[in-house]
Amino acid sequence: MNIVVNGNSIDVPRACNIVQLLEQLDLDGRHVAVELNRAILPHEDHASRLLEDNDSLEIVTFVGGG
Amino acid sequence: MTTPLETSSQVTSEDPLRIGSFVLESRLIVGSGRYQDVQVMSESLELSGSDCVTVAVRRERLHDRDGENLLDHIDPERFVLLPNTAGCYSAEDAVRVARLGREILRSLGNAGADWVKLEVLGDTRTLLPDPVATLEATELLVNDGFQVLCYTSDDPVMAQRLKQAGAVAVMPAGSPIGSGQGILNPNNIRICLEYLKQDDPDYPVIVDAGVGTASDVAFAMELGVDGVLLNTAIAHARDPLAMAMAMRKAVEAGRLAFLAGRIPRRLYATASSPEDGVIATHPFPRKGK
Repeated sequence: MNIVVNGNSIDVPRACNIVQLLEQLDLDGRHVAVELNRAILPHEDHASRLLEDNDSLEIVTFVGGG
Repeated sequence: MTTPLETSSQVTSEDPLRIGSFVLESRLIVGSGRYQDVQVMSESLELSGSDCVTVAVRRERLHDRDGENLLDHIDPERFVLLPNTAGCYSAEDAVRVARLGREILRSLGNAGADWVKLEVLGDTRTLLPDPVATLEATELLVNDGFQVLCYTSDDPVMAQRLKQAGAVAVMPAGSPIGSGQGILNPNNIRICLEYLKQDDPDYPVIVDAGVGTASDVAFAMELGVDGVLLNTAIAHARDPLAMAMAMRKAVEAGRLAFLAGRIPRRLYATASSPEDGVIATHPFPRKGK
């Protein structure tokens, strides 16, 4: 099924949770925040929330800034 | 009576900067942006003596990643991270970014999870803040439990409004972000200090943005601000490591000078050496003699 991550369309297996998605994207879960369909998904819910077709996610991290 | 030595040791090691629930050892807050590479950044942060570093919140790159994260190069035991809302031009975006930053801090177990450097810009060329949107975002974030450190212009009326809205610190710009022009309107900074600290002398006022070199920092501190937040002045100096050390000393020198109290400016000279007993012929009759 298809989801949108940071504006890019991505194919993920059914019944994939956020922890698995971050692994697939090679991202360290501790360093990111995830917004699912415009609502922040707290880290403690990453394992329980299963992705659904057409879900839209923003995955952000810290970068250098002033 | 304290000796000068005791006074100076108090200032350098026991004169913390208190912002909301945070206590920072150094009065210098440094940004982590615009460095040529992470090694120079990390060494500069260390040499600056700061214990608080600002960071920006951005989308993860899904392709062409180098596998490195900024957080691999900033020791969370050594530095408190202060997320910013840089690049936001509306209150809505700033609140969204602030919440994302808070979520990352929570995941890192960072004690500073609920603070944010609020920046809502109004113009891309000057990067000056949008005062209306900044005030709106401050109110929204304070209601959401944030401790808001608010970037603003040096307008004293706006500064008061932000404090009234619940900002834990007001941070007037010395001059536009990254411009290196220094403190363009010290009188406005003085009025901000007077207004914000009236009946509340410990309320933190921090100069954020615009400083170009160490003397700008010392000058800001001598005005009586509680701290200085800077980024480009170190990151884009010819030698960032040396400038980081200069900034550390400038903050300390400026703070000490402020606490020590400068002498009044006088139009005419006053001799430092005694006038009596001079072995010289005085060309002019002395006053009162």
